[in-house]
Amino acid sequence: MKRTILMTGAAAVAALALAACGANNNPTAPAGGGGGSTASAAGGSITVGSADFSESQVLGEIYAGAIKAKGITVTTKPNIGSRDVYIKALQDGSIDIVPEYTGSLLTFLKGTAPSQDPDAVYTALKATLPPTLVVLDKSTAQDKNSIVVTKDTQSKYSLKSIADLTAHQADITVAAPPEFQTRQQGLVGLKSEYGFTPANFLPLKGAAVVNALTNGQAQAANIFSTDPSISANGFVTLEDPKLLFGSDNVVPLMRKDKVNDTITAALNAVSAKIDTATLTDLVKQVDVDKKDASAVAKDFLSKNGLG
Amino acid sequence: MLNSIGGWLTDPAHWTGPNGIPQRVLEHLIYSGISLVIAALIAIPLGVIVGHSGRAKWTVSLANSLRAVPSLGLLFAVALWLGPKIASSLAYVIPSVIVLVLLAVPPILSGTYAGIQGVDPAARDAAKGMGMRGGEVLRKVELPCALPLLLSGVRSATLQVIATATIAASISLGGLGRYLIDGLSVSDYAEMASGAILVAALALVMDGILSIVQRTAVSPGLTGKFRNTGDNRPVVTTTARGDASDPASPTDRADDQREALV
Repeated sequence: MKRTILMTGAAAVAALALAACGANNNPTAPAGGGGGSTASAAGGSITVGSADFSESQVLGEIYAGAIKAKGITVTTKPNIGSRDVYIKALQDGSIDIVPEYTGSLLTFLKGTAPSQDPDAVYTALKATLPPTLVVLDKSTAQDKNSIVVTKDTQSKYSLKSIADLTAHQADITVAAPPEFQTRQQGLVGLKSEYGFTPANFLPLKGAAVVNALTNGQAQAANIFSTDPSISANGFVTLEDPKLLFGSDNVVPLMRKDKVNDTITAALNAVSAKIDTATLTDLVKQVDVDKKDASAVAKDFLSKNGLG
Repeated sequence: MLNSIGGWLTDPAHWTGPNGIPQRVLEHLIYSGISLVIAALIAIPLGVIVGHSGRAKWTVSLANSLRAVPSLGLLFAVALWLGPKIASSLAYVIPSVIVLVLLAVPPILSGTYAGIQGVDPAARDAAKGMGMRGGEVLRKVELPCALPLLLSGVRSATLQVIATATIAASISLGGLGRYLIDGLSVSDYAEMASGAILVAALALVMDGILSIVQRTAVSPGLTGKFRNTGDNRPVVTTTARGDASDPASPTDRADDQREALV
């Protein structure tokens, strides 16, 4: 018994020591902060990051390709994680540019987004950004967070808007990425804006969210409005009268110390070419046709004379 | 950072409600417990049969080769396969339990098999010589003699299952893995580290409990606590047995074991 206690003690000490290793830095931040800082001294190299869903990865590859075409060295760090994670990476210099969404980013930073008007959201976002970060021109492409239900659920409860879910909340399980649980544009906002608290919440990622909805484990899900699974499965997007998910235009978010005319011109040219239909098609090529995000990006750039 | 972990663990808000530590520990123990019980129901009888008969040893090798299966990959594969078949959260519970059972079977099976197989043949012979039937030999001699190895198999299975049950969270279930996945998604290092510490602590506590069980359940004749001194020797029974059994087969060691067991 004495030996068991001793071993337990030793293991506990080891666990604490491991925990202490992280005392000075955040191990969840993407690696490569050192490389990023030397590059910023040189001013030559750019790192483009992207979030953990395919649309962001295609956009990241497009940004990277467009900048590379101007003769600037570019590295990519795709699939970093959720907004919480890549904003930190942007602030600590691990990445320099990331594709963003005006309304979602504004809600993330400020707690609310003012209106449905894309320009108003864009202006408010510029005013809210921390001084180290800037957004370039926004594109007209919109990709909002949305709450979708299956056709069956929609007709069963005759749902039109998110507000209609509240009456049936005891029977509704919501599937969404884990961060949805603690966000304003998530369960928090659904409760404060619509008084809707689902019976159960399934924290899932990517295709698993769609699968949970089609397979009936969830009755409602948080899916992006450009997601090809919506039309493929006949999902119904619920109206959002309280504008919780507001207006969301694709916009490049980048570190201010990395901005120069070449990059600005390259990315503004990209944003000018992306609209909602284009974006939906790009996502479809990755999610449905199973093409590689970088190949889809390359194709888009060459078609539009940007790469 | 240590402060923030301490702060997270001591925050009263993290100790109540459906996302609170007691609830998550309970869920973790339920998934682990169900998986271990199922694994034991499969592995112990199988190990006993293989060890007792000496046949079908390939099942042990097969089970051991299953240790190489990557749990997370298998979890997603089973979940994808079962998802369209079951329209409830069982579509996530069943894959998790399957993966954990596969993880727990090899150590329990190997332990049981090795324990039964390693029983001194002389002890078996002695038991038979005393008139025990096959079932009695198994129940009264082989299983008690195999218990130390069997239980250490259960202990290592328990450690592995508790440490791995965190993956259930990656397909939306609860348990302590929730803190790892949710913490990662919002970049909350304190939450993740606290989750990891809780898993490690839970595994150590369960191992401690099982080590006590092991000490109380295993016969003192096998652990060496029982010393075969003159004072302890029950003279009458020894003589009686000596008369009844084949004088050639009981060696000293078998004699010791039999005394401890009977």
